[in-house]
Amino acid sequence: MNYSADEMMTVAAARALRDRAVCFVGIGIPSTAANLARRTHAPGLVLIYESGCIGAKPTSLPLSIGDGELASSADAVVSVPEIFNYWLQPGRVDVGFLSAAQLDRRGNINTTVIGPYASPEVRLPGAGGAPEIASGCRSVVVVVRQSLKTFVDGLDFVTSAAAPRMVITDLGVLEPSPSGELVMTSLHPGVSAADARAATGWDLAMADDLGVTSPPSPHELDVLRSLTHR
Amino acid sequence: MTVITSLPDAVALVVQDGDTVAFEGFTHLIPFAAGHEVIRQGRRDLTLVRMTPDVIYDQLIGAGCARRLVFSWGGNPGVGSLHRFRDAVQHGWPAPLEIEENSHAVMANRYVAAASGLPFAVLRGAVGTDLPAHSDSIRPITCPFTGEELTAVPALRLDAAVVHAQRADREGNVQLWGITGVQKEAVLSATRSLVTVEEIVPVLEPVPGAVVLPSWVVDCVALAPGGAHPSYADGYSVRDNAFYQEWDAISRDRATFGEWLRELQR
Repeated sequence: MNYSADEMMTVAAARALRDRAVCFVGIGIPSTAANLARRTHAPGLVLIYESGCIGAKPTSLPLSIGDGELASSADAVVSVPEIFNYWLQPGRVDVGFLSAAQLDRRGNINTTVIGPYASPEVRLPGAGGAPEIASGCRSVVVVVRQSLKTFVDGLDFVTSAAAPRMVITDLGVLEPSPSGELVMTSLHPGVSAADARAATGWDLAMADDLGVTSPPSPHELDVLRSLTHR
Repeated sequence: MTVITSLPDAVALVVQDGDTVAFEGFTHLIPFAAGHEVIRQGRRDLTLVRMTPDVIYDQLIGAGCARRLVFSWGGNPGVGSLHRFRDAVQHGWPAPLEIEENSHAVMANRYVAAASGLPFAVLRGAVGTDLPAHSDSIRPITCPFTGEELTAVPALRLDAAVVHAQRADREGNVQLWGITGVQKEAVLSATRSLVTVEEIVPVLEPVPGAVVLPSWVVDCVALAPGGAHPSYADGYSVRDNAFYQEWDAISRDRATFGEWLRELQR
């Protein structure tokens, strides 16, 4: 079965979520991947959206974190102060699932500005919930397309000190070495180490036991496409 | 005692030039109609406050109503960037826009402090980030009981809060439900408040999970059916996702935005 690099990334990201985990979900690819996981190997995955929806079970992919179906399908809907103070801050959430505009070798992420803060080349949306999702969840997984624009040697702004346990890209999977630097631990099928290095702004190390990601199964692809083509 | 009046009169009463004002709503119940009325009435020099400034703030900024923005995430949810916001920050068009940016947790707790009548709130927040270096409102504080290093954030007091709700009764008691965001805290943080509603009913029947704002904390109620569009009011309308996508094209260019603005002001 043919599949795109983005589909491989989303499937690999979904696999990073274990069943029954409690997951704080960012919108975009993380939300797609989390909803894919809930429909495949992790039916008991608890999805929390920062709009206050706890245990959301949307039947179609939300465009925003505040779509009506997230609330109507949730186990509980709470206020925004409550979602951050009572649910995220005490460490009740297993996984924070984030994306990024830029990411550095230690997995810090930038979603604030490209260029100097006072006179930015590109003004990005900003922090949102990410700094406290990154610090409040027991672990962080980042999903982001890998390129010289995103994988940079120095961030223009540290929005979140994410220290992810895993970064999943359209080229492969990165995990921190004992020193905390991200190394490539798996390449998606058809991707070479040279491809990954060429898309990275620092001298990217490959793990000694560098693996190859299992391609998406027909079932994973079917479910993903039924989600995204709705 | 709540004044129940028309939207133009309510906006004239509650939102004044130079105000620090929040039009809150976390993707749901966003008070678009009230924001549009602020544009029509030509308010200037506003400090706009909101966790998630989205399309209505893009419109207010593009129309030249704002001098300053206090926020934590400025984007078009699910679509991308706010082009009028970007143009103001990157090029000072139509006027320079000062920004004070926080994270969501910081903003939410600043509202909680103001609603609680406290000078500041405490959280574990913004640790290890560049946010404190660019904001006067994120400071370290040591817990007097445990010695833990925490983050203190100042109360976010408002001159005015504007929110949209599903309904009010004839006394001005307000009921909203679904994703209720930070609207209660915003109203309780404000000197003056305006709530636009889908309908005014004789009796507020209970709804699970509803927030009720008693009339004595609500200064003005104005009937504005559909007043959240293109956002939505749970039980009354659905989010017009197509408009949010269309806004990307309308707002990208100053000229097409100008046409949209002239149409609004006609």
